[in-house]
Amino acid sequence: MKLVALGAALALMSAVQAQDASKEIQRYRQMIAEGSPAELFELEGETLWNKPQGPKNVSLEKCDLGRGAGVLKGAYARLPRYFKDADRVMDLESRLLYCMETLQGRSREEATKRVFGSADRPAEMESLSAYVAAQSRGMKLDPGLTHPKEKESVALGRALYFHRTGAWDFSCASCHGDEGKRIRMQDLPVLYKPEQARPVVASWPAYRVSTSQFITLQWRMNDCYRQMRTPEPNFASETTVALIHFITATGKGASYAGPGNKR
Amino acid sequence: MKSAIPLLALMAAVPAAAEPTPAEVQKIMQRDFHPRGQATMERLAQDGVQRVCTEAHDKPPAEMANALQADQLKTVVFPQGSLMGDWKRGEAIAQSGRGLTWNDKAGEPAGGSCYNCHQLSPKELSHGTIGPSLRGFGKARGNGAEIQRYVYGKIYNAKAYNLCSQMPRLGLSGTLTPEQIKDLVGLLLDPASPVNE
Repeated sequence: MKLVALGAALALMSAVQAQDASKEIQRYRQMIAEGSPAELFELEGETLWNKPQGPKNVSLEKCDLGRGAGVLKGAYARLPRYFKDADRVMDLESRLLYCMETLQGRSREEATKRVFGSADRPAEMESLSAYVAAQSRGMKLDPGLTHPKEKESVALGRALYFHRTGAWDFSCASCHGDEGKRIRMQDLPVLYKPEQARPVVASWPAYRVSTSQFITLQWRMNDCYRQMRTPEPNFASETTVALIHFITATGKGASYAGPGNKR
Repeated sequence: MKSAIPLLALMAAVPAAAEPTPAEVQKIMQRDFHPRGQATMERLAQDGVQRVCTEAHDKPPAEMANALQADQLKTVVFPQGSLMGDWKRGEAIAQSGRGLTWNDKAGEPAGGSCYNCHQLSPKELSHGTIGPSLRGFGKARGNGAEIQRYVYGKIYNAKAYNLCSQMPRLGLSGTLTPEQIKDLVGLLLDPASPVNE
């Protein structure tokens, strides 16, 4: 955790003007005192959001997350949803990827080369997710549920939740199917039940204390499938977006309280 | 005078889309996944058990379940002689959650992930609760040939005994070797095993 904090602090320092450095260090110290590592990722995400990148050398400041170009406030609370320009349902990460491709001119291959980071080196997508999600804090989660493609996406997510597959015959419901169950000491929320889904969707993405990583919902879907002994789902695919859409739809109405901290 | 009525009408006018069939879901997954390490795409092809359990949300009609369980029992290859191995090795296998994921090395010994879901030795406090507690399993049942055969078969192919069990088919899937399964039988049935303290 210290390494991450240090790494993020260094990245932070390199990103600000020299005359602001002492002020930033003061801010960093205050955050550590308040014990909220997620905020370090939010700050790094802000830097990345404003940083010109890719062949077009532009930032993501004009990225439309559903509330209009560059509008961040409340955008995360309304995802996943249907986007007309892409003609598909997108979650936060797939929409960020779309903006990287269309606005910055980056290739999908380059932009998804390293979407899940490590304790020493967080991924761009993780910090951006922290930054965007933080600006929906206190707002009711209200994913898109009316467009035919949104309905299709939630229905696919529900079907995937109960779909048994992989070398060990698991579905999501194999672990997240009955209330009050655990893997080892880890409690397992039943994500087709609103009262259990609400606190979950209200806290992702999140800082994970045990691994010193900032983790996103795309990461969560990926690592569940890893443990289900399937091949690997493509990042931001219809499958992972549909699952995220389904659990967010189940937990809709929850007041967003993330990015949170996890065990 | 815009009351809550139009809102209620709107809410009622949002029907859920039809859920795709298991075959359709499988097709979507085949498009949306890629092989990695030992985790190949063939793993996404549902067999009869997976399909029936998906369709029935794990509650298939008894007649169908019985017929498919009988088929599954035929897959179990029982070794000759005693099925009770070394409980100490069994405990290590029960503890290990390795094997078959895309970041496990192919060919390296896997574990049974038993403690993920079951209580076994009372010394291990960090155990899951998805499966029943197996503490005292052998103490209550002895360790005769019949119970050895049941435990071996259950670990080899849990679906032969309960079609839509959440337990993996650890022998049939190639996760555990016959030797490893025997060691787990020992862990459950050997009177000296901590499970039977």
